Amino acid sequence: MTRTVLSALLSHWRRRPFQFVTLILGLALATALWSGVQAINAEARKSYGDAASVLGGGGLSELVATNGGPIAPETYVALRRAGWLVSPVIDGWLPGDPGRVRLLGMDPLTAPRDGAARDAIFNSGASGFLGADGVLLAAPATAERLAGLGDRIRVVDGLAPGIAFADLASAAALLEVDGYSRLLLLPDQPLIQQPLAAIARDLIVEKPATADDLGRLTDSFHLNLTAFGLLSFAVGLFIVNGAVGLAFEQRRPVFRTLRALGVTSAQLVALLTIELLIFAIIAGAIGIALGYVIAAALLPDVAATLRGLYGASVEGTLTLSPLWWASGIAIAVLGTALASATGLWRVARLQPLAAAQPRAWAMASDRSMRAQLGLAVLCLLIAVAAGVFGGSLQSGFVLLGGLLLAAALALPSVLSALVSVAARLSRGVVTEWFWADTRQQLPGLSLALMALLLALAANIGVGTMVESFRLTFTGWLDQRLASELYVTAEDDAQVPALLAYLEPRTDAILPIWSVEREVLGAPGEIFGVVDHPTYRENWPMLSAAPDVWDRLAAGDGALVNEQLARREGLSVGDDITMPGGWVISVLGVYSDYGNPLRQVIIPNAVLVMRYPEAERRDFGLRLPRSDVDDLKRDLVEEFGLHEDNMVDQAAIKAFSLSIFERTFAVTGALNVLTLAVAGIAILTSLLTLASMRLPQLAPVWALGMTRRTLGRIELIRALVLAALTFVLSIPVGLALAWVLLAVINVEAFGWRLPMYLFPADWLRLGGLSLIAAALAGLWPARRLATRPPADLIRVFAHER
Amino acid sequence: MLLDVRDLRKSFPAADGPVTILDGVSLSLDAGETMALSGESGSGKSTLLHIVAGLEPADSGSVEINGVDLKGLGDAPRARLRRETIGVVFQQFNLIPSLDVAANIAFQARLAKRHDLDWTRELTVKLGLAEHVAKYPEQLSGGQQQRVAIGRAIAAKPPLVLADEPTGNLDEATGDAVFDLLLALARDTGAGLLIVTHSQRLAARADRQMHLSHGRVTA
Repeated sequence: MTRTVLSALLSHWRRRPFQFVTLILGLALATALWSGVQAINAEARKSYGDAASVLGGGGLSELVATNGGPIAPETYVALRRAGWLVSPVIDGWLPGDPGRVRLLGMDPLTAPRDGAARDAIFNSGASGFLGADGVLLAAPATAERLAGLGDRIRVVDGLAPGIAFADLASAAALLEVDGYSRLLLLPDQPLIQQPLAAIARDLIVEKPATADDLGRLTDSFHLNLTAFGLLSFAVGLFIVNGAVGLAFEQRRPVFRTLRALGVTSAQLVALLTIELLIFAIIAGAIGIALGYVIAAALLPDVAATLRGLYGASVEGTLTLSPLWWASGIAIAVLGTALASATGLWRVARLQPLAAAQPRAWAMASDRSMRAQLGLAVLCLLIAVAAGVFGGSLQSGFVLLGGLLLAAALALPSVLSALVSVAARLSRGVVTEWFWADTRQQLPGLSLALMALLLALAANIGVGTMVESFRLTFTGWLDQRLASELYVTAEDDAQVPALLAYLEPRTDAILPIWSVEREVLGAPGEIFGVVDHPTYRENWPMLSAAPDVWDRLAAGDGALVNEQLARREGLSVGDDITMPGGWVISVLGVYSDYGNPLRQVIIPNAVLVMRYPEAERRDFGLRLPRSDVDDLKRDLVEEFGLHEDNMVDQAAIKAFSLSIFERTFAVTGALNVLTLAVAGIAILTSLLTLASMRLPQLAPVWALGMTRRTLGRIELIRALVLAALTFVLSIPVGLALAWVLLAVINVEAFGWRLPMYLFPADWLRLGGLSLIAAALAGLWPARRLATRPPADLIRVFAHER
Repeated sequence: MLLDVRDLRKSFPAADGPVTILDGVSLSLDAGETMALSGESGSGKSTLLHIVAGLEPADSGSVEINGVDLKGLGDAPRARLRRETIGVVFQQFNLIPSLDVAANIAFQARLAKRHDLDWTRELTVKLGLAEHVAKYPEQLSGGQQQRVAIGRAIAAKPPLVLADEPTGNLDEATGDAVFDLLLALARDTGAGLLIVTHSQRLAARADRQMHLSHGRVTA
């Protein structure tokens, strides 16, 4: 019996192939956008994990020199003799490489046993690895960037991206360093050890920068991507819901007959569930394949963003796990279940004598529209509650989701009210009929229009955020990057001679010395500044004590960046406990866009005193712009400085802006995809409704309106509804932008941006939405305009 | 002559060869005259009406309305002819669900730019719909809906009114009332009325009767 009934149910789709395609397409697109984003996130997280585990898990503590300098091999030997289980590491950037490959020198004999690199060394034969001329191990993509090292590179799959591994001797030779960067403290240390201070007074135990830190820094970025994936998924589900709902209504006579012939309600629901499960698996597989294409297209931009913004190395190629495939299918099944729940519920309650009402389905009653409006109000209240009482990134997304959902649910009622007003104001029989007919069509088109509203609002919201960010960021860069040239000495020894050379050739030399430390429990950096008009005139302060620069120069306090101030609730006058346990008060808060780290600025003298290990090789130079190129050339000739060690202001700005552009290229692409899905939703809705519309249109044709005119009116209707939806999407999009700028950004990144309006962009988007609606409406309109009269006459012969 | 139909032929393709629906049908109708067209199911009555209304082309033969031959007219002139010259009443009413009763009745008259508000009001009263003008079709009974359809066909005072089994979906008493109303209004406006009906009893009330069988005029 099961096969017979299932065959009867499936026959519906054979007779309506377009409806079948709509259903599969909607579900596949929803799955594709979701799983594409998930693939990107998974790849990035895998890369963080690989990076953390290269030397045996990210959780190992380290011994580092208090002055930040190298650790002498003798100290290492002394520690081992004293029972300290430590493994030396040399860590540095390979010089002259444009892609910045990090070189890790390690001792395979003492390295942690669970390290991926150690395994790779022993698996590929350790003999060639050892010694100053030993091979370097690298992942395939990294190895390509090191082609200049010729046959010294050995490709090993599965290693962390952007890192090459070498023997200690080899790394020391390539990086031209003496001593070790740090000593890894291996697990299972002996219970009794000599105190560290008794062996090496100049070493301290430090927690390393772990994958947790990187994960914490990049979580916000991934959460944003996930939110976009979810939005696209929701838009796709609108299509599925429409297709499934209509198919259920059209098949009510079949359901009724099957019930009358002895199929129980439970059997019917079970068989429909099986049918939908089959579709979900087919569409899920297609969606996953599409998702792979989307992820592969977007991943290079995401990788560049993560590298530029957070210093996180992510492979530019996808490796897909079975879990990803399974989760793609699961999300397709879940989406189908969500979109079909109402339909299945109705079938479960179906009486054997119930009549089919496909037209009634398409023209839901005012009552259901009112119920939807009530739900919208509820969503809005939840959103407002999340906004008022929340205070976390998650509550920010609840605010965002609630707002969007409320707007989408309220859309049919608002459009209906607008169309009613237009009908009352209109003169002329065709216009009156147009508005009256449009109002009646609204419920049938509402899902597609809701999808369009979401896509447009997301475009306006994200567009406003990006453009506000761009405007603020560009102005901020102009302020912040005041020095004409930034120079890094090759090593500490070079600094005095370099300064002596620069002194007469520049207006000012501004040290940019810093140290990376945890600031109030999270990764941060501490900078030292000298007292100079460059800072007084240009530094982008958000709030400051009177005479802030005088007081800073006197060592009375510190400046903190906005993200630190917001996260810790700091304001001018508050005290902060600095790494090392000393306390200083906040003199001012400055904007620091694009920086995921907390930052504190103290006088340079204080930095040197408190953190003698601070990097002291970077300087900002003030000089006439016209002298920059000459000075760069002279520095190369005089000191052999590498090009990478001299960056002029324009280059830094261009680099910063390029990171910015690539960051938002991803969201831009997702925006366009979401809009495309909404366009498809409109097309499928119009085509689905087209066949049901004949009984309404045939009489108008019979009364003297040509098919061509009717087709034109159908097209105009699609355009008018898209235009109204677009107009309504502007306030929704601006509210979304406000939430992104004032809530999500603050929670995710720690900075708040001013909001600017870009009406020209809205007009462009409005034009795009009209084009999308025109493209979607053209086909159904053309089909109506060229429909054979026999199809229309059939309406008069028997009611559909 | 208002309507002149000559040697009309029409067939439809079918799996086992074309099926002839109209086989040389000729008829004529003068202004103010009523003609009842009867015949069994499938005899070609509705097809004849559709061809006369310009909704469907004939295979051969001619249809002239007020001297205008429908053959050779394009889509737009045919639509204009339907708008201005012909009123049609369908068996299934085929009202416009998005418009209320008043708007439905006035619809074709306004399309034809012949809307006379006083006449429409008078017509609404004659149709017994004065209390229902603000209602929508779904809120009306079958008889009321058919009266709206008649009002729509008559409102523009077209020279020719075509009715395709206007009582077919109504009970006998309601059907009688609707039929009488249609005859009365056609006479009031001086329109020629061609009405398709199964009922010999109702057909007898028309000025002339014609019977179709297997696509041919038999009486």
